[in-house]
Amino acid sequence: MTERITVDARGSFCPGPLMEMIAALKLAKVGDEVEVLSSDKGTAADIPEWVAKVGHTLVDSTAHGGYWSLVVRKAK
Amino acid sequence: MAKKLLIVGSGMGGTIVANGVARQIGGLLRTGEVNITVIGNTPMHLYQPGLLYVPFGRIHESELFREQTRVLDRRINFHVDPAKHIDVEKNRVTAQSGRVYDYDYLVIATGSRLMTGVIPGMAEGAHWFYDLEGARKLRTALASFAGGKIVINANAPHKCPVAPLEITFMLYDYLRNRGLLDKTEFTYTYPIGRIHALEPVAHWAKPEFEKLGIKYETFFNTSAIDPQKKEISSEEGVTLPYDLLITIPPHQGSQVIEDSNLGKGGWVPTNRTTLQREGSTNVFVVGDTTNIPISKAGSTAHFEADTVIENLVSIFKEGSWSRLYDGKVYCFVETGMTTGTYVWFNYETPPNPTPPSQMIHWFKLAYNRMYWLSARGLL
Ligand SMILES: Cc1cc2nc3c(=O)[nH]c(=O)nc-3n(C[C@H](O)[C@H](O)[C@H](O)COP(=O)(O)OP(=O)(O)OC[C@H]3O[C@@H](n4cnc5c(N)ncnc54)[C@H](O)[C@@H]3O)c2cc1C
Repeated sequence: MTERITVDARGSFCPGPLMEMIAALKLAKVGDEVEVLSSDKGTAADIPEWVAKVGHTLVDSTAHGGYWSLVVRKAK
Repeated sequence: MAKKLLIVGSGMGGTIVANGVARQIGGLLRTGEVNITVIGNTPMHLYQPGLLYVPFGRIHESELFREQTRVLDRRINFHVDPAKHIDVEKNRVTAQSGRVYDYDYLVIATGSRLMTGVIPGMAEGAHWFYDLEGARKLRTALASFAGGKIVINANAPHKCPVAPLEITFMLYDYLRNRGLLDKTEFTYTYPIGRIHALEPVAHWAKPEFEKLGIKYETFFNTSAIDPQKKEISSEEGVTLPYDLLITIPPHQGSQVIEDSNLGKGGWVPTNRTTLQREGSTNVFVVGDTTNIPISKAGSTAHFEADTVIENLVSIFKEGSWSRLYDGKVYCFVETGMTTGTYVWFNYETPPNPTPPSQMIHWFKLAYNRMYWLSARGLL
């Protein structure tokens, strides 16, 4: 069964949302989704850039008031 | 009936909590209304930040260790008896000896561990300095290093976020002092799109790297190491040759956390301000083992411990508590063998490092010695 894990990285300056995404994906199974909530607007660009390089799937990227939600599905 | 406080893990966070509570509830300990027990994995307390200096012969191994019984307040019961199962429903911990420790309040402070085995070839092909054995081997490798390609490779997640930069700058100074810079090529790799997690630190370090001729590969998450070919590859499709590979391995929390079903990867879901385990009111979590998305560092463990101490003392003395953790982290950063800087931040305040100076380097060295006072709760 696939799962969705949510990491609330709002207010996380270090290690930050992308590092949290990478760490959570390492523990996930192929097909699982990781959602990261971030208050850092750079994340909305960084996570898709990394996902494209590594070959996972960006499922969703939504701007909410003051924070962003990014969902990535583990592809390998 | 005495109220029982049990602390699992006798590293930085567990020791500071135990000593801090003991110092403030002397009367309750004397009358037997409260007792404090710590269970750990080892009789010796290791000051981990000192490991950074081992490969360069800048610290004696004896300075890294103290007997745990001498670091802990003597009113605390201490057992070297690793926890095998933590049962937060029944309020008890079963240890390796078979002994069962029950508690009214539990502090989980089991830290994080190096997962060199999860990346093929890492254990055989890489050096590291995050444990004593690794730091000793690296010291030997550096002593015979006569030039070549050095790769410094950071993996997510890891404790002490500043260590990858520190080892790079210190290594640069060390090899300059040995006259080997013109025979050495440095490449630094980092998991995300800049050379450090903290944006202002990355902003400061990038031109420094460029000035020193240190190359870097960002978006580099290690997939495999080939010790025969001496190559390291990333999930992003980059392969780098090396003569000496220094890695910061990926980390996970302690095995007992997964075995007790308390958190995937050994990271315990923890409320970011109360530091209570999600779902428990009598279980607090400090240090590396929380799943809070902040730096895994001794200073984090220390500031979290301060919050937990105040709350446990209030519980024992007044029956209620209210102190919240604000996410504070403070890190010294060595920027070479003779200079350093520092950075602090919390959930609300972004980091803003000051320019490196010799004075801050001396502060870091002084702290390395003062740690033992701080762990005892005297500082
Ligand atoms: C090379 C290096 C340099 C560092 N430099 C810095 C620095 O400059 N500044 C900074 O702030 N931080 C630094 N750190 C990080 C810092 O040491 C850790 O973040 C800190 O020790 C975390 O404290 P902790 O109590 O969570 O874990 P630890 O101090 O690791 O303690 C956890 C303890 O729990 C024990 N344990 C594990 N499982 C069990 C079990 N089942 N039963 C009983 N006991 C168990 C372990 O053996 C260990 O003793 C550095 C770390 C390293 C390795």
